[in-house]
Amino acid sequence: MTENAVIEAVHLTKHFQLSKGFTESLFSRRKSLVRAVDDISFEIREKEVFGLAGESGSGKTTTGRLVLRLEEPTRGKLTFKGRDLAKIKAKELKPLRRKMQIVFQDPYESLNPRMTVDDILAEPLTVQRLDHSKAEMNEKIRKMLEAVEITPPDEFLLRYPHELSGGQRQRVAVARAFILDPEFIVADEPVSMLDVSIRAEILNLMLDLVEKFNVSFLYITHDIALARHMCDRMAVMYLGKIVEMGPTEEIVYEPLHPYTNALIDAVPTPDPTAKRTKGVLQGEIPSPINPPSGCRFHTRCPVVMDICHKEEPAIVEIEGEHFVACHRHK
Amino acid sequence: MSTNRSNDSNLTVLDVRDLKTYYTTARGPVKAVDGISFQVKSGEAIGLAGESGCGKTTTALTIMRILPNNGEIVSGEMLLGNKDLTKLKEKQMRQIRWKKISIVFQGAMNALNPLFKVGDQIVEAIVTNERNVSKKSAYERAGKMLELVGIQPSRGRNYPHEFSGGMRQRALIAMALACNPDLLIADEPGTALDVIVQAQVLKLMSELKSKLNLSMVLITHDLSIIAELCEKTAIMYAGKIVEQGDVISIFKEPMHPYTQGLSRAFPSLKEARRRMMSIHGSPPDLLEPPSGCRFHPRCSKVMPICKQKEPKTTKAGKGRNQYVACHLYGGS
Repeated sequence: MTENAVIEAVHLTKHFQLSKGFTESLFSRRKSLVRAVDDISFEIREKEVFGLAGESGSGKTTTGRLVLRLEEPTRGKLTFKGRDLAKIKAKELKPLRRKMQIVFQDPYESLNPRMTVDDILAEPLTVQRLDHSKAEMNEKIRKMLEAVEITPPDEFLLRYPHELSGGQRQRVAVARAFILDPEFIVADEPVSMLDVSIRAEILNLMLDLVEKFNVSFLYITHDIALARHMCDRMAVMYLGKIVEMGPTEEIVYEPLHPYTNALIDAVPTPDPTAKRTKGVLQGEIPSPINPPSGCRFHTRCPVVMDICHKEEPAIVEIEGEHFVACHRHK
Repeated sequence: MSTNRSNDSNLTVLDVRDLKTYYTTARGPVKAVDGISFQVKSGEAIGLAGESGCGKTTTALTIMRILPNNGEIVSGEMLLGNKDLTKLKEKQMRQIRWKKISIVFQGAMNALNPLFKVGDQIVEAIVTNERNVSKKSAYERAGKMLELVGIQPSRGRNYPHEFSGGMRQRALIAMALACNPDLLIADEPGTALDVIVQAQVLKLMSELKSKLNLSMVLITHDLSIIAELCEKTAIMYAGKIVEQGDVISIFKEPMHPYTQGLSRAFPSLKEARRRMMSIHGSPPDLLEPPSGCRFHPRCSKVMPICKQKEPKTTKAGKGRNQYVACHLYGGS
């Protein structure tokens, strides 16, 4: 562990138990488990933007929820600034929540349609009982709206979410996350529901705020080009495992894992001469209930070897903080 | 599946001329589509691109003639062969839908009925549109359609929730192609899908296009999808087409400031990391569109004339068929 880790996950694991049908419960005692996150270790450092990339079902959202303790881990250790998150009692969680915030994927669903922008931003302040006077609170909300470029604030305070565009909604969601001066923020696919033309603005805004408010940031995405734009370091996940991790530029320019390669090849580009569909990976991500034996990627891997079917590759450091879990790199 | 479609690529399948579709609202008419013209040739795909609210989905609904009750075609023509779709009666239009033109709706996750098996939904599309098909042969064809899009025919017995997002999108494509249409309209195909699955779906669509000599109208806010599939593109802004032409010249050298903005909104892995560019502001309210060029309030190269006069569409750029509506290129 490095000195300045804000979040540290060691052997973090989350298995969800599947509910069984009636007949099945009579005849079988075996529990079916969804191995959403399966033994991953990483750290997020101070003022760092850390990325998690992978397809749907790779466990990146569950990881994001685990580090905020919105889910209880099945196994493994998780610390926030040196404190063991699992040992914090429910009562003590509230002051901690103030330090950790989240921006959800869909701004059409994450804002309460019955609350005005003013209410939405005032709620976290009230819930945390920060003892602001009404005037202080108003001042804080106004400043925050200006910071996310919803200007002039007075024009927007009394609007409801349906009176805002998608981009404006996501700005309000970002403002809500930053208003409590948190130290750590998770953003789960914050732009995937937005038009391409406004994605850039929201991402740039978040980068500016990260710098201004000195927060650590976990950015979750399926688009490795966006991850590269945002992140200092990143991890690529596949079926509950981290398959590659390291500084962003190294991952993008010297990818070691074939899955990272596939994600890079699938990056959308507005260039009709560069077709990305030529060598696209076949098939879909397998079920996390019975993940493939050995290396979990072997069923789709273009460079699969015999050993990949049998033995699970360990994650090893290749050079300077660049980790990979692949039998071709040892 | 065999097709008796003509391979003549000069044949125009759909010719849209000066089409205007307005919505009546309590606050006045919304000019969602305001005088657009484009052509789709046989076996060719055209991409209609633009932000939310630019009128691209309305264009699709207009072509299919499935506008909501407050929507109305105000003027213009839509020629499918020698028939003008704007003039057809509802009964005649039913002969066109699904058999000549079909549509893949936006939102693969929600477009299938969750209460019916996927195969049954495809069969329903076949038997409602073709009267003289027996149930048995409809099921056979549904199986073949699923196979065509890369799904095992036996999976037709599954319900939509048993399909992944990519498979649902494939099933929707299978359903749209079930009655062998000449023209396929796809509204936001691949959005809401992961990058890899999206690439797989686009690959499938491009294979089907050449295999069946399909013509396509592709509607998206994502220029990368158009780059992947289309020969031609038309960029829409606030109900108008601002730039139109062949994909290679437009993407290589976008002329209209709006097109330039759209194509710069992508982070590239090939270039050094830089600040991503975006177009400031949001699209205008179509109840009261801006005067002159509708893009002028957001344009970085705005001139006094842009506020007063609407630019005409003129030939511009190096592309053979590149047309731009902008005062920068003498559109006055």
